[in-house]
Amino acid sequence: MIRFEKVSVTYDGAARPSVRDVDFEVPEGELALLVGPSGVGKSTVLGAVSGLVPHFTGGTLGGRVTVAGRDTRTHKPRELADVVGTVGQDPLAHFVTDTVEDELAYGMESLGLAPDVMRRRVEETLDLLGLAGLRDRPIATLSGGQRQRVAIGSVLTPHPRVLVLDEPTSALDPAAAEEVLAVLQRLVHDLGTTVLMAEHRLERVIQYADRVVLLPAPGAPPVMGTPTEVMAVSPVYPPVVALGRLAEWSPLPLTVRDARRKAAPLRDRLADAPARPEPGAGVPGEDRRATPPAAGRGSGRLFRRRPAPGPRQPHPADAHALTVRRDRVTALHRVNLTVAPGETIALMGRNGAGKSTLLSTLVGLLEPTTGTVTVGGATPHRTPPRELIRHVGLVPQEPGDLLYADTVATECAAADQDADAPPGTCRALLSRLLPGIADDTHPRDLSEGQCLALALAVVLTARPPLLLLDEPTRGLDYAAKARLVTALRGLAAEGHAIVLATHDVELAAEIAHRVVLLAEGEVIADGPTAEIVVSSPSFAPQVTKILAPQRWLTVAEVQEALG
Amino acid sequence: MTSSDGPSVAARAVPRAPGEPRSTAPAGEGVPTRRRATVHPGAWWLWAISLGTAATRTTNPLLLALLVAASAYVVATHRSAAPWARSYTAFARLALAVLLVRLVFATVLGSPIPGTHTLLTLPEIPLPHWAQGIRLGGEVTAEALVFAAYDGLKLATLLICVGAANALASPSRLLKSLPGALYETGVAVVVALTFAPHLIADVQRLRAARRLRGRPDRGIRGLLQVGLPVLEGALERSVALAAAMESRGYGRTAEVPARVRRTTAALTLGGLLGICAGTYGLLTAEGGGYGAPLLLAGTAAALAGLRLGGRRSLRTRYRPDPWDTRAWLVTGSGVAVAALLTLASARAPEALHPGVVPLTAPTLPLWPAASVLLALLPALVVPRERS
Repeated sequence: MIRFEKVSVTYDGAARPSVRDVDFEVPEGELALLVGPSGVGKSTVLGAVSGLVPHFTGGTLGGRVTVAGRDTRTHKPRELADVVGTVGQDPLAHFVTDTVEDELAYGMESLGLAPDVMRRRVEETLDLLGLAGLRDRPIATLSGGQRQRVAIGSVLTPHPRVLVLDEPTSALDPAAAEEVLAVLQRLVHDLGTTVLMAEHRLERVIQYADRVVLLPAPGAPPVMGTPTEVMAVSPVYPPVVALGRLAEWSPLPLTVRDARRKAAPLRDRLADAPARPEPGAGVPGEDRRATPPAAGRGSGRLFRRRPAPGPRQPHPADAHALTVRRDRVTALHRVNLTVAPGETIALMGRNGAGKSTLLSTLVGLLEPTTGTVTVGGATPHRTPPRELIRHVGLVPQEPGDLLYADTVATECAAADQDADAPPGTCRALLSRLLPGIADDTHPRDLSEGQCLALALAVVLTARPPLLLLDEPTRGLDYAAKARLVTALRGLAAEGHAIVLATHDVELAAEIAHRVVLLAEGEVIADGPTAEIVVSSPSFAPQVTKILAPQRWLTVAEVQEALG
Repeated sequence: MTSSDGPSVAARAVPRAPGEPRSTAPAGEGVPTRRRATVHPGAWWLWAISLGTAATRTTNPLLLALLVAASAYVVATHRSAAPWARSYTAFARLALAVLLVRLVFATVLGSPIPGTHTLLTLPEIPLPHWAQGIRLGGEVTAEALVFAAYDGLKLATLLICVGAANALASPSRLLKSLPGALYETGVAVVVALTFAPHLIADVQRLRAARRLRGRPDRGIRGLLQVGLPVLEGALERSVALAAAMESRGYGRTAEVPARVRRTTAALTLGGLLGICAGTYGLLTAEGGGYGAPLLLAGTAAALAGLRLGGRRSLRTRYRPDPWDTRAWLVTGSGVAVAALLTLASARAPEALHPGVVPLTAPTLPLWPAASVLLALLPALVVPRERS
């Protein structure tokens, strides 16, 4: 259905091709997963299927791409619109009309389908995607998961034979992601749609894939095979595969279910292993951690905090009965939260549960409606910005929002000036977080991981005792994520308190001492990571699910225990 | 048809299991518009524009206030919960600003209205002789202020009527009724219109981000510094939207024989020329003879060109809004108000334009006031939208 023949793409002005010798075929009715580290050209390959590369983006396409027998060299994207449906990374950029129902009909109107056919297909698609209750809703009022489903629905109504998706679940909470994937699987099974999708969060999608196309490195030819074959050699892999490789299971399990069947011997070995360390253990400066090692384990119900040394200092953050109302919606309701120095807290919960609102309130972007909030003793929304950055720093969901300058060097210099830090502070921080970013790069040309590192360095220049991160792993590959984990652990060990809002359960399991679950603006659970995530089916990391009832969170812990 | 479900269905409905019975959707033909108990957007716009026209016929503040109240009542009962419906508040604020600006100008710059009731005397700034006719400061009379207030109120009412149209029917819904040949241009215009709200949202986000850098988030310098990133972001979004539209078949055209294409071009161009020449003829004194026929012929040719041009477009319409009895009633009520007030202003100009010199209290003329109340008809005949 999709056939790449010796395809290479060179963008205008680029020295070397973005992808080279891409040669694969996806048969009809299969779900193919495109994987690889950041920057290997996954989006380019996806764009080539819909014809946007090269017709829209410019550049030179070598070789041949055919979709349902049509050559993309001779067919423009609009002439492929009836066979290929494309959903990009940001569903909001995809919508042309205002309401759900009109959006579903838009593509069909362009193709000129008969009114009665359009009507029937809109109703079918509303049912298929569970959108019937939202049909009249303005798109601007939908949640992230709902938007993603509307975006998929809007390309589905013309009945394309091929569906191309770029990171369909990366912005979604675990439950919403499963919802979207269930829909995709149903399309493949019931309608025979061919799906090609790129996704960084392999733990979510790998079990649905019929085949995997791996782009191992920039410019390297792709590796094609069944998920099991490819995962054995892939540089990117989910925790279940990491555990499988560690335990030398063969064939490699891809699902929690398969892994559990093989895990009995491993569980026995681990039962005899020495006591399981706490997350964050093994980090330099462990003795300064806020968590006494025994607190989170076994009997430890409450997260005990070590008394602050010397004269009692105010907590890095303290919220009491915090209520925030925005546009007549109660975003937060009577939230209590205390953050101790050196502590890492993961804020989790559905899209729209109030995580970002809580972070915004902590940095004074929003004013509490009732209740109090203090950071390091200061009231955030009444403190002048210059003073506030010494108490708290936030890396927003789009780290690029923090960057204004033309080059990395001027950005760093500006950050030093903003924070009254000695010149070179920010640059030194950046080099420590992620070496190898050239001074004269434009911030917009940085990869997602580099951009995050720069924003983090800018925020850390003022040495805030409290660091907030909003969805830091969105769009990061496993390598970038691992670097982030190392950096954050180091910061926590230095005594920074860290609060991160995330959907990434694996990240929370890796670094958080404590997890706070939010639902509809209220705190519904607050406790040590191990206790909270183990008891929740949607927030438990894969390793926990595989090794339950034993309480293991990450592959690294298992590895350490095995010695 | 599952129309009765409404938004009460859990916001995050789970996809149905394959075995679950699925509601069968009726085919398109002859489906009653039970769900969309809405009126054709064109009807709302005609109604609102008619009210605006009526507002230009009078300066009586009581009548104007009645007009505003009538339109506001209809908006309050019939606007949807959609974001664009909130634009009514923005228009109301704008109207208030217009009124205030008009008053400030009358105070500072003086007014040609001769008045005797001096309220206060501002220090007058002498201007050089070439600025004759302009006055800064000086006497402020009650007559001048009242005149300015009447005039400003007229403009404000006009703006509020446009706001009502925006709140009751979003301009993009109006777009669906455009002829096929113009549709693509229309989409481009609407997409361009949404550019501004996105830009404002971006500016707000980036100014908030400035605070995170420890810089003040207010002031003109803050605005200037975020300018470039905001434009870059807006440009990127536009390109992304263009890519999405392209891959969804925007701009697909049918093959049309060259002969038809040439005829279309000739008809459209000829028609437009005819319209121009005809209008000129009508407006000049000596062209009375050929003006009207030329205008009619030009209009006919241009319409034929548009219709023929529609052949190039493959587009079909999904559930077009029908022009039904309700639409006639809504339009009719607006047009009636405009017509009756025009008639009243011709018959009884003194009631619709209360005197300023000498100052008299405006009275509410009975028949024009009663006719303004006709504008409330839509509130009765159009069922409310579900909120």
